[in-house]
Formats: sequence, structure tokens, C-alpha cells
Amino acid sequence: MINLTIDNKKIKAEEGTTIYKAAKMAGIDIPVLCYMDLHDLNIEHKPAGCRICVVEVEGRKNLAPSCSTEVTEGMVVHTHTLRVLNARRIVMELILSDHPKECLVCPKSGNCDLQKIAIKLGIRDIPYQEISEISTYRTDFSPSIIRNMDKCIMCRRCETMCNELQTVGALSAINRGFMSVVAPAFEMDLEDSVCTYCGQCVAVCPTAALTEVDHTNRLIRDLSNPSKTVIVQTAPAVRAALGEEFGLEPGTLVTGKMVSALRNLGFKYVFDTDFAADLTIMEEGTEMLERLSKHLQGDTSVKLPILTSCCPGWVNFFESQFTDLLDIPSTAKSPQQMFGAIAKSYFASKINISRKDLIVVSIMPCLAKKYECQRDEFKVDGNPDVDYSISTRELANLIKRANIDFISLSDDDFDAPLGESSGAAVIFGTTGGVIEAAIRTAYELYTGKSLEKFDFRELRGMEGIRQATIDFDGTPIHIGIAHGLGKARELLEGIRKGESRFHAIEIMACPGGCIGGGGQPLHHGKTEILKKRMEAIYREDQSKTIRKSHENPYIIRLYEEFLGKPMSEKAHRLLHTHYVDKSKKIIYI
Amino acid sequence: MPKVKNPDELKNLRNQLTARAGKKQDDKKHKDPVVIKIAMATCSIASGARDTFNFITAALKKRNIDAIVTRTGCMGYCYAEPTIEITLPGTEPVVFGQVDQTKADEIIEKYLKKGELVDGVIPKNYESPW
Amino acid sequence: MTVKKKHILVCNGTSCQNVAHDEIFNNLKKELQNHGLEESAGLVRTACFGLCEKGPVIEIFPDKVFYVQVKPEDAKEIVEEHIIRGKPVKRLLYNEPETISGKESGEKARFKRKQIRIALRNCGVIDPENIEEYISRYGYEALGRVLDEMTPSDTIRIIKDSGLRGRGGAGFPTGLKWELARNNQNDQKYVVCNADEGDPGAFMDRSILEGDPHSVIEAMAICGYCIGAGKGLVYIRAEYPLAIERLKIAINQAKEFGFLGRNILDSDFHFDIEIRYGAGAFVCGEETALIHSMEGGRGEPTLKPPFPAQSGYLGKPTNVNNVETFANVPVIILKGAKWFSSIGTEKSKGTKVFALAGKINNVGLIEVPMGITLREVIFEIGGGIRNGKKFKAVQTGGPSGGCLTGKHLDLPIDYETLVAAGSMMGSGGMIVMDEDDCMVDFAKFFLDFTVEESCGKCTPCRIGNKRLNELLDKICKGNGAMEDIERLYNLSIVIKDTALCGLGQSSPNPVLATLNHFRNEYEAHIIDKKCPAGVCKALMTYEIVEENCVGCTACARACPVGAITGERKEVHRIDPRLCIKCGACLEKCKFNAVIVN
Repeated sequence: MINLTIDNKKIKAEEGTTIYKAAKMAGIDIPVLCYMDLHDLNIEHKPAGCRICVVEVEGRKNLAPSCSTEVTEGMVVHTHTLRVLNARRIVMELILSDHPKECLVCPKSGNCDLQKIAIKLGIRDIPYQEISEISTYRTDFSPSIIRNMDKCIMCRRCETMCNELQTVGALSAINRGFMSVVAPAFEMDLEDSVCTYCGQCVAVCPTAALTEVDHTNRLIRDLSNPSKTVIVQTAPAVRAALGEEFGLEPGTLVTGKMVSALRNLGFKYVFDTDFAADLTIMEEGTEMLERLSKHLQGDTSVKLPILTSCCPGWVNFFESQFTDLLDIPSTAKSPQQMFGAIAKSYFASKINISRKDLIVVSIMPCLAKKYECQRDEFKVDGNPDVDYSISTRELANLIKRANIDFISLSDDDFDAPLGESSGAAVIFGTTGGVIEAAIRTAYELYTGKSLEKFDFRELRGMEGIRQATIDFDGTPIHIGIAHGLGKARELLEGIRKGESRFHAIEIMACPGGCIGGGGQPLHHGKTEILKKRMEAIYREDQSKTIRKSHENPYIIRLYEEFLGKPMSEKAHRLLHTHYVDKSKKIIYI
Repeated sequence: MPKVKNPDELKNLRNQLTARAGKKQDDKKHKDPVVIKIAMATCSIASGARDTFNFITAALKKRNIDAIVTRTGCMGYCYAEPTIEITLPGTEPVVFGQVDQTKADEIIEKYLKKGELVDGVIPKNYESPW
Repeated sequence: MTVKKKHILVCNGTSCQNVAHDEIFNNLKKELQNHGLEESAGLVRTACFGLCEKGPVIEIFPDKVFYVQVKPEDAKEIVEEHIIRGKPVKRLLYNEPETISGKESGEKARFKRKQIRIALRNCGVIDPENIEEYISRYGYEALGRVLDEMTPSDTIRIIKDSGLRGRGGAGFPTGLKWELARNNQNDQKYVVCNADEGDPGAFMDRSILEGDPHSVIEAMAICGYCIGAGKGLVYIRAEYPLAIERLKIAINQAKEFGFLGRNILDSDFHFDIEIRYGAGAFVCGEETALIHSMEGGRGEPTLKPPFPAQSGYLGKPTNVNNVETFANVPVIILKGAKWFSSIGTEKSKGTKVFALAGKINNVGLIEVPMGITLREVIFEIGGGIRNGKKFKAVQTGGPSGGCLTGKHLDLPIDYETLVAAGSMMGSGGMIVMDEDDCMVDFAKFFLDFTVEESCGKCTPCRIGNKRLNELLDKICKGNGAMEDIERLYNLSIVIKDTALCGLGQSSPNPVLATLNHFRNEYEAHIIDKKCPAGVCKALMTYEIVEENCVGCTACARACPVGAITGERKEVHRIDPRLCIKCGACLEKCKFNAVIVN
């Protein structure tokens, strides 16, 4: 243990502790800006770049960045001397002098870390304005993410997410000096880069330099158009997080209020993506069983493991970085797209309107979904199955704008027929959930026996890579799970080398799965929130009467009335897709 | 060249080289030749040292003067580039500055042929460890 | 042929020129003619002797006899006594030579020269592309001695005892650095030579690599032996193609001769060197940034600790030294720590190479013992200020340093003294300024540089330096307010206090130093809206003096913006609102009617 003094308090800290953490343990709050501690994801981002967290260390000639300076024996630290306060103020003024002053109309206003620190430091004036140049850059509009680097403060958090957590490598610092900025190589557009639109950069951006493409105004326009029928589907992870935007405790389930709010907003039908998740299990589970049975019968032409394909960030990742493995993932579309395909065929004909008059909107915890729904594979004559996707954050914003008192809303139910779902579908929202749902169905179909317990706890948790062997009535099935693309890469490298022993692998691009998606309410570094959302998801599963996808009566009816059976020709046409080698499109350096 | 095996071999090599220094291996065993060093660092080259080098080698050949011409690094006299150093047999090296082709011609005609110094000598202004 | 037995060398250096140089030369010529000596004695002009305070200087060649403070009337005596009778004119001697005759006046008879070339010992002496020439000047014998007779600890002790400190700028003791790298156990360690010379105006590292690459190779191998590294890397800027070429040749020759590779000189020591290219970013001179750049990452610094000696290139213990530091090592091994530490001051041993630049006569590369005064460097070796102008200031330490003024001229040049005076040693750029230099503009020049070269990682350097630069620009343009001086000062202090690496921490130095020493110039720009040195264009006004103007219309025709009006044969006028201060009118006017204020 190391003895030191911070603000006249005698403190003991373990060797290797930073001044910032030692102070925090002693109840002393040092403001930080670029620093980010994603404890549950094992990421501590401390580039020591912003210099807001500087403190005075006796005997040292200059101020020390507390976020990255380790404590030493006998160290005497002062965190709020006049010298420190003056330095922090001037550093903050410098940052603000190179930042657009448009907080009134900024999408991050009120939710901006820079704003919070500026308030905390009591900044009342931005000097240098009469002389100061502001570094400006071309705004980059991609299908999912907008990069407005005029607002970048070079905290470099996005870089850490993109390169360390996700190992995507789309973002890095470029240029020198005043024009330094984080960007794809050669300042190319995100769309031309290896970006997967996972949105983890957006999730940690302290300002509005990185934001989602906002479709709320488009939605309002469509909702007020009498010639359109606007329907909505909501992903399972949304209900476990939306409440946070209205001050509810993380982990509060707001399914009923959400349905209520959506109905209030004017959607003609409020459906559930979970319905499509059950459908996904029917298709993906059947495909998995098919491949598995062939494999177990000794057919070596069958490729295993089968990889889940419901996460569009993950799909983008392997389409650009693992193009040699394009034939391994399941061909099943994601639940969002299955929903869209069914809505604009089966449901449209049921309510007797043409697909172009039906607008399908999805509420997603995800930014990559915005890209996914505009892929050409998911369009019929140019008309997309899902017209556009709205993130959880956008929905919250919309509810607030519509003056809906979310907290006092009473619960409402999803509409039929695309609103009914099983517990298996709900757990799609968290890491491990898709594969657990698939096993619940595959087990019963494969063994012909009923499951006695539905909870596969061995598949759950926050570990980046998890594995479990499930006994399929004497046949051991090896399951792998990865969340976060960096972890996915590890599993994929194993497959590439032929070292993988898994039969099936579930991959989610975001840490925690969809509950930690790039479109969710900002966690501001509090990764324990993810665990709370995860618990909420499993609670919802528990509360469901139907726990297995193949027992969803509306799914059964859909096959009877419309699709035939899983993997049928019609199912194939509507519910399956193919993957594209994007490596040729992407400019590599 | 076989590898130098140990410090003694290295010293022997140095002795051989110093004994040989200033002597051309082939002929004129009885007479030391003239040694001309031309500073050829980036800055020298930028000031025209390459032209000077080419001119001197060509002129010596044409005028049938036997001399060893080598390149060397920066002599430090940036204000007087291109610089060359000439060692006549039995004399101290003399450095000349601003040696363009005209100057080089004058130096060859006067100093090399007659031992007569010309304007533009740069006095040696440093000590060195050896 | 008739060989001229003696030559009279008359200093033609610029500062000597000012002191009746021509008269001396002519008198000597007359005296030689009078005595019929035109054929047997030569008379030539030379460049500066670097002894200007005692100028004019005359040397009798080849006697190595120097006469100082020669006056025109001394010509007769010099010719009659020395040239004819062979006796030196004692009263004019700089130093008592032991004898008069050339043969006996050995090394001791010479005047003590101001420069000592250790790092530059072979530059301009050997052919850098010929390893044999290096060997003939004791090349690789230091490596031989170390491998044959000394343990790594012995060797490090010598380097420590010599007092050698890093020549890249900060002056960290080299021996200690080696020891730290040695003490970190690892099967793989690296020796890195920092050849990313970035100070504007400094080119000593390039010159050493171009003129004597083997000395660096030898020293890196010695360092590798000491710290236990088998691999050396030279990080060199790609803008140095000749240095790279010569270094490559030298590395190949060293391999061929067995000074690099396996079992060097039949020992158990293996060492190889590779070249890594930098893109010439100034910040990559900072060792952590340099290492990141070599690893293929963005060249930006990270917090120390960990120091490279703990975790450097690829996470392995790494020792980084600069070119000039390495070039000193072989000499220290061969001549001993005691010899080396006898040169210099108490805390700064040995010599330092400087690149003299700016308004100085003898622009060039010099190597001087630590402790020499700025006056000696500027007014003797440097030959004084060009065109007889007045010395104003000298910038040492490049953009990280500060300017020193007339009152600092007699300070000894060493690490501590320069820092105490508000500047720093830096890598050795020395830019001399005269009365025609504007100090506000000068500070801005360096800020332009740091703004350009900042890596952009930390706020104070990325934005703070930009704002400093904008404030300076505002003042130079005549828009400054007195409070801007306070703002400059406060911002500078905070940048120094909060920036991440040495570049940022030192970037406000040129501002602080000029504010300290030349506050009056800032005030002149702000209060009087005048640039005293006449540099800041925005503060200049062009006017026509009525009495001198004859109305020739030449100026009006030359003016590109039509700012000058006036009828033929009448006085012309310049409209200051239109004038762009291009100076075309001034150039065209034959009657001195256009003046600049």
C-alpha cells in the first residue's frame, strides 16, 4: 500500500492506482473530460489529452494529469488550488474557443459532457472569440452516423471503442496540431471505410461530434400523412432502457408504457420485433439443426459452426473483415428485417393495403439497424421492407416533444397478430439470448422431448467470450458466445485457423448485446447500467407464459396460413438473405 | 574484405591504412600525390559542390595532374560553401571557400601547380582530439 | 617553377573588413613590391579566423605565426622583419610562439582555437563512404576495446564519469540512461538513435550522419553491449536522403568488416542496425512519440512513466539517444572520462555543436566547449553581426528555447545557465538577430512552427498555441490591446503548466522570453501602432515627401492597386487605405521621395 495525502487527507492506495482513482475513493471529486472508465468492459481510456483533470503535486514543476499519474509514496496532492482552478478554467476556455457555440440547437444539449464540465468549472465567458479560428471539417453523413467534427474535442474515446473494444479500426486521429481530428483514414467517408455502424463511438462521444442519423422529423411527417398507414415494431432491448430517459431506475421495464406512448404518438399498429425474433428462431434454428444433423451424420461438406446473423453491426464486420467466412453465418434475416418482410406481405394483404402505403418503422437500440433497413437486399422494387429505424434515444426525444407524460402512462398491449411473442424472443436483447432461444427450440425439435427447465444460466453473463456445452439428449452441443467485435474477432480467428470446436456461435457487436447498443440511452461510463438492463430482460422472459418460440401461436398460424414450413421456398424468399464481400468496396491502406 | 577478428587486427589495419594514406597504390611510389577533399554534405551539394567536384576531376585529368580527389562531409563553413581542402605533399592542409568553377580553376593553376595561395583561404579554426 | 616560400594571409572576414582591412592589404602589397618580393612571397585574403575581437588577423603561412590587431602602419615591419629576416614581430603576436621558424612551431605554437571538434572530429576530414578512412582515424577501436577489455558496467561507468549528457536538448545524463536500460531485465532490448532532427535551422545530426556515419554506428554497438541489446534502430527523417544513403553504405561496410552482425570482433556480442524512416514531424523527436511512430502508430507522445528504459519499442526496454550524443561516445572510450570531463563546466561536460544562423557573418556549424560565452561564439567564431548592424538577441533551443540578449552575452553556455536565463540548450540551433528583427514577429515565427508541429493530442498545445499565435498576429497587425500582453502571459504560463510533453511545455518560451526582454517592442506595436524594426507590414505606412517629389508619375504607374494619385509634375499622394505596402513605389522612385514609417 502507498501512503499519500490528497487535499490534506491521509490516504492509502494500492500501487499502480492513479491519483484520480485514489481521490475518488477518498470522496474527492476531480473533474475529468476525456477520461472514460468502462469498468465492466475492462476499458480504461486515459489518454491524458484534455488536461482538465490536472492537479498540483508538491515537488513537481508542472501540473499532473490525475487520470493517468500513478500515486507514489509520500506524494502530496492538491486537487483544487488556485493554480489548478486557473489552469482548468483556461484549458476549458481553450476547448470552448474551438467549439461551435450552438448549444441551443445541439442534439447533445443537456446530455453533453463538455457542457456539464463547463458548468461545473463555472465558465461564464469564452475569450479569444474576436480572434479565434475554429477548426472546421466536412460533415460526414453515413446511413447511421453523422460525424460533425467541428464539435470534436479530441478526447479520443471513439478511437478506443473502435480500435480496442471493437477492433474495427475505422477511426484514428489524423492531421496535426490545430486541425487534428479523429476520422477514417484519408478523411474518407465512414461509408467508404470499414465502419460497421455499431455506434459504440456515438455511445461514448462526450459532445455531438458523433450522433445518430435522426429520423424523428421524418416520422412526424409520415404520422401526419393521412394516406399512409404507419406501423411500428420495437426491439426487446428498448423496453429495458427507455425508462432511463425519463428518470426511472436503470433496469425498469417499461413495455406497457412504451406501447401506450407509441399509440399516443399516432402509430396505427404497435407491434413487437419479438414476434419476428420468434420467427427468426424458427428459421435459424431449423437451419442450424439441418446443418448440425448433416454434420453429426458425417457430412463433411457442411460448414460449422453456424453463426447467428441478427446483429447488423456484426454482419457488416464479417462482410468487410472476414470475407473468407461469408458462408458460415446463418442466412436468416435479422428480426427487424423478417418483421418488415412479413409486415409488407402477409400483414399488408391482411389489412388490404399496398406495400407502398404501409410505412414500417422500427424502434431499435441500435444504429446499424438504420443502415441495415436500407440495404438493397431488403427492398422490393426499391421499396424497403422497413422504411427506417429510430433509436431508443430518438424515441425518448419524440415522446418528450409530443408532451406525453411517460411516467404516468398506463400500460397497454401490443397489437395482434405481429405483437405476440415468447420469452425466448425477449432475451434476444442481451448477449447469449439468441443462442439460448435457439437452443430452447432446437432441443425440442432435435430430441422430440420437452425441456424441463428453460433457463440456461451457463449461457448468460457479461464475460466477453463464454462457452458452454449443452447436452442434446446424449449429443453434446458446443456453444460459443461473444459480444463486442474484438471478442468476436478472437472467435473468428479460431475458426479461420480451424481450431474452433463450436457447433454454434452467437455474436453481438455491442458489449452486453443489444442492451448496450449504440442507440440506447447514454450510460456516461456507468457500465453497471448494462447489467441492470440485462436483468430486466430476463425478468421479462420469466414473466411470459410462452417461453419457447415454436410455441408462439401467431407464429404457428403464420406458417399455416402463409409460409408453409420453416426453410420453405417462400420462407427462403422472404426471410433469408445473402452476404456481400465488402472488402473490395473498402479502401484499405 | 574478410571480417576483422579482434582489436589487434583492427590496430594493424589502422597502421597499414595510415602508412598507405596519401599514397596511391599503383605508381608514383617515390612521390606523395596531392589530396583534394571536397565537402559533399547536403548543404554543400545545394551550393554547387557537385559541379565543383565534376569540374575538378575533369580538369585534373585534362591537365594531367595527379591527385586523389575524395568527397567528405560538412566542414562547417556554411557561409563559404562549396569548400575544398587541399593537401600538397609535405604541407599542412589548406581549406578554400566559395570554390566555384572559376575559383577551382585558379586554385589548380596557382596552388596545385605553383604552391601559390589564392584569396579565399579558410583558416582552420578548431582543435580536434586527434 | 618558383614556389612562393611564404604567404601573408590577411583576414577578409566581415568584421575585420571594417577595421581598415584594405589599407593593411594595400600597404603589405606595396611593401612586398618595394622589396621586390612579389615573386617569392604571396599575399592573399582569407575568410574569418574566428578571432574577431583581436582582428584584423594576419597569418604567415606556413609558419603558423599569427599577428593580431594589425594596423596599416605595421605592414612595413611585418615584411621587413618576418618575410625578409625571418623574425616575428613580437609585439603583434597573439601568443608567444616557441620559435620563429616554421618547422619548429609545432602544435603548441598555435593560438588556442575556440572550437574543439569531438562529435564533428571526422566531418569534413574523412570520406564518409569509405570505412577505411574511419578506421585510419581510430574507428571501431573504442568498440574493440569495450568488447575486449571492459564489462558493460565498466563502460557505463566511463560514460557516467565523463559527464556526457544528452545532446538532443534536455541534457539527461547519458550514462545514467544506459544504466536504467541495463537494469531492466528483458531478453530483447533496443538501442534507438534519434535522428529526427526537427529544430528549424539545426542540422548537426544530418551533418554527422553525412560526414561520419560510422561514429554513430560504433557508438550504438557500444551502447547495445552496455545495456544488453542486440538490435539498433536509427529513426531518421525521410527528408535526409543523403544521410540515409551514407548511413546505409556505412552499415553495410560495418557488416562486411564484422563490426555489426554476429560475434563482433570474435566476442559473444551480436548487434545489428536497421533504419526506420520518419515523416519529419517535430514532435517525433520526443522519445515516446518517436517510439510510437516506429511502431507504426501516430507520432504522439504518451505520459512518462513508463520511460522507454522500462517499456519502449514494442514494450521492450529501449534506450534512445540522439546522433550527436552517440558521436561523442567512441572518443570518450578511447581518450577517457577524465579527458572528456576536463572540457566544459562543472555540470556540462565536453562540447556542443551549434548551427549558427541568422544575422551573423560566419553562418555555419561549430563545435565549442561547454562554458564558452555567447559573446565568443557570436562575435569571434561567428564573426559578428552582418553588415555591421547591432546585435539584438540570439535564440537558442529552437522553438522550445528563448531569446537571450546583450546582457546575457557573457554567460557561459551550459545546460543550467541557459535554462536559468530563460532559454535552453536544445539541439543546437542558434539564431542571431539584429536591430532589423522584430521580436514580436520573431516570437510569432516560432509559434507558427509549433502550431504546425503540435501533434494535437493535448488541449493546451493544440488550441493554446494556436491562440497564442493569433494574439501575436493581432499585435503584429496593429490591433493589439494592452490586456493582450497579460493574456499572452497567462496563457503561456498555463500551457507550460499543463501541456503533455516537452514540445507543448516549452512552446510558449519564445513568447515569454520576448515578453521579458522586449516588452517595449510589444508596447510599441500596441500603443504607438509601430513596429520599431520595421518588419510588421501592417504597421508600416508609405508616404511621399513633398519636397522631394518631382511628379514623375513613376510611383503611380508602379502601384498595383492605384493607391497613388497626382498630376504630372505635381506632388503625388499615397492613399493609406488603399496601399497594400508592397514597396513597388519605393523601388521605382529615383528622388527619395517615398519613405516608409
